[in-house]
Amino acid sequence: MTLLEIESLDLDIHGTPILRDVSLTVAPGQIVGVIGESGSGKSMTAFAVMQLLPNGTTCKGRVTLSGHDMLALPEARLCKLRGDEVGMVFQEPMTALNPIRTIGDQVAETILIHEDVTKAEAMARAREALNRVELPADRFPLTRYPHELSGGQRQRVVIAMAIALRPKLLIADEPTTALDVTTQAQILELLKRLVREDGMGMLMITHDLAVVADMADEIVIMQHGRVVERGACPAIFSNLQHPYSKALLAASSHIPDRACRTTDAPLLEVNRVVRDYRLPRKTLFGAPVVIHAVKGVSFTLERGESLGLVGESGCGKSTLTRAILGLEEVQGGTIRLDGQPVFDGHRVNRAVRRRMQVVFQDPYGSFNPRHRVERLVTEPFHLLETPPTGAARDRAVDEALTSVGLTPADKDKYIHEFSGGQRQRIAIARALIIKPDLIILDEAVSALDVQVRAQILDLLAELSAKFGLTYLFISHDLSVVRSITDRVLVMKSGEIVEQGPTTRVFDDPQHPYTQQLIAAAPRLPETAA
Amino acid sequence: MLRYTLKRLVSLAISLAVASVVIFLAIEVLPGDPAAYMLGVNAQEDTVAALREQLGLNGTMWERYSSWIGGLLTGDFGISYTYRTPVADMIADRMQVSLPLAIYALTLSTLIAFPAGILAASRRGSAADVSIMGITQLGVAIPNFWFAMLMVLIFAINLRWFSAGGFPGWDAGLYPALKSLTLPAISLALPQASILARIMRSSLLDTLSEDFIRTARAKGLTRAQALRRHALRNALIPVLTIIGLQFSFLLAGAIIIENVFFLPGLGRLIFQSISSRDLIVVESVVMLLVFAVVLVNFAVEITYALVDPRLRHRS
Repeated sequence: MTLLEIESLDLDIHGTPILRDVSLTVAPGQIVGVIGESGSGKSMTAFAVMQLLPNGTTCKGRVTLSGHDMLALPEARLCKLRGDEVGMVFQEPMTALNPIRTIGDQVAETILIHEDVTKAEAMARAREALNRVELPADRFPLTRYPHELSGGQRQRVVIAMAIALRPKLLIADEPTTALDVTTQAQILELLKRLVREDGMGMLMITHDLAVVADMADEIVIMQHGRVVERGACPAIFSNLQHPYSKALLAASSHIPDRACRTTDAPLLEVNRVVRDYRLPRKTLFGAPVVIHAVKGVSFTLERGESLGLVGESGCGKSTLTRAILGLEEVQGGTIRLDGQPVFDGHRVNRAVRRRMQVVFQDPYGSFNPRHRVERLVTEPFHLLETPPTGAARDRAVDEALTSVGLTPADKDKYIHEFSGGQRQRIAIARALIIKPDLIILDEAVSALDVQVRAQILDLLAELSAKFGLTYLFISHDLSVVRSITDRVLVMKSGEIVEQGPTTRVFDDPQHPYTQQLIAAAPRLPETAA
Repeated sequence: MLRYTLKRLVSLAISLAVASVVIFLAIEVLPGDPAAYMLGVNAQEDTVAALREQLGLNGTMWERYSSWIGGLLTGDFGISYTYRTPVADMIADRMQVSLPLAIYALTLSTLIAFPAGILAASRRGSAADVSIMGITQLGVAIPNFWFAMLMVLIFAINLRWFSAGGFPGWDAGLYPALKSLTLPAISLALPQASILARIMRSSLLDTLSEDFIRTARAKGLTRAQALRRHALRNALIPVLTIIGLQFSFLLAGAIIIENVFFLPGLGRLIFQSISSRDLIVVESVVMLLVFAVVLVNFAVEITYALVDPRLRHRS
């Protein structure tokens, strides 16, 4: 008997078609992975099962969850089913919990609203649920607040809320996308264990083929609101039929075509850099707490090289990036670009600063929405003594936009007129416009869909060959770092624990932490590659 | 939490000290000699000098500042130049009207604004929302003194339910006193309620679009339960800020309404003292109001920490 059956589901929001003819089934104990890019309708499918849809949504077709016709049930009945028969886990653990209520309170709430039990009993069962998601009582008492937990721990609390009543179906919508690789591996392991123990069905939604490849029993691939392919996993990977599925798989394991052109001329020299932060005192007269974010890091980046910096959140890689860019002063050590110090006394050395640029992760947040593209890409001109004006300025804008695959006509548009991938191209154009030597890519492709990511990686390889650029590529995504860098540094707790040629580090990691990272990274089945 | 409170207390003391210096200096640079003003234009120079001596206006700035502050700290606010009565007594007298009026108006405004704001947010786009938004827009736009006069016309002159003005004093009994404050309190509360309702609505709408509301709904909470249990307290921070500001305003800013209803409140006292150069009264009342504002802010900040655990832990 199937647990969840979606049959020819059509969904429109205010008349705009979102889903067309979507059908899929989940049996008890089965894990079904739904894969697609942003906008493919995979999350909407999940919300249609929960019937938690935005205003103005109309559904046609059938959604049956353990015998209940979800599209026909009144709201009151749906509330009874949500949390009880079906639980849901979301993408963003940092914001998925109410910040002003304790975790015990929030987990117990699931039980209290569905069953007629005392508060004390609900709390006891909340404790049990938290134990099941490996948040033990001694370190994670029920009185903890969400802000006292890390992203991975918060996601465990969300999972505890979803499974507290042992629902028959668990829907997980990109549950690990916002997490580090090792945390991701732990959460996936946890979900698998819970599915096995409770015999739950699970609908796992993700854009990452590798994440579902080794846990799903069946895979459904969606594009533009339609199911384009489905099949048993992992067999499906060796026999993909639809052109979109093939393209998606190719993009996931895409390696840009690039030549290693390392010279022996050091461009960036980071020498025993130390960066501490002082936190407020814990007690009125106690000593202030000092966080050692970067502990004496040294490395050299050769001209023309592409260097990867890998590490998990909180390892100090962002602090190091800010120090290299001269955004934050360091307490010890030196940073030199082409022999010139980044800091000139307590001020940033502008002559050095104009030779490096940065591209950030979020293509949505890193632009002022009220400026036209022309103004956005010319922002780095303020670093120049004599910025180009008139025709020279126009020419520079046109060149920068053309080199990233956009057209000069795009300069009069606003940023909201572009997709995520195009925005990241504009961010690269902004970095290129003053012809820097070094470009720092801070998680620059992490927010992009796989196909777009592949295109941007190709673009970066092409630009590096054309302009002789040097890249410092900072990422938590190992597969990306592997595909685009010559050498890699592995950072942990403010220190570089391993460094070496990328292929060597990935094929034969020496440090236990590197081994752990590589083992945790999700991989596509061998047959696929 | 204790650390947070201590920190707030220190900042409270600093604000008060800075404010006292600023008030003192501002009064110093005001043109006009109170002694000359009290004695009239034809006064002899030596009489003025004698009065200046008697009023303590001749010492150095530091001497006068320290004797003023010393007095304030011991409850001795000095003697009014014009009325020759202790300032402390005058203020205490006026506070009997102003403080209850402010509390009355704020209570009314909160009682109106909370349900209105919550209703508008929970039924966004509905007829109820549209009408609440329309009415509050009007409430913000209408000057409160005009509204006060309108109410006098209807409820005092035509219907004769209330008196048109004046205050019988608390000795006359709770009911008559409250009754005489009702029309002024309503006139003060209405614009405040309109602003507060709009803030409540927008803050609640922001909170309702947060991820944790979706999580709550996925647990099986109804829309109303999610609003009550998860959105409301989170939406309260901006609302509390506005309530704090409004209370401070109501305490001293009721001057026009006090005039419309002939109420002997603090606002009128300041107005009269400024017109008659009774600077010692002005100084003390303004200092008292600053104290009240700082105290209200302190209370609001403590409430923030009670509402939001993140603030408690940050310090």
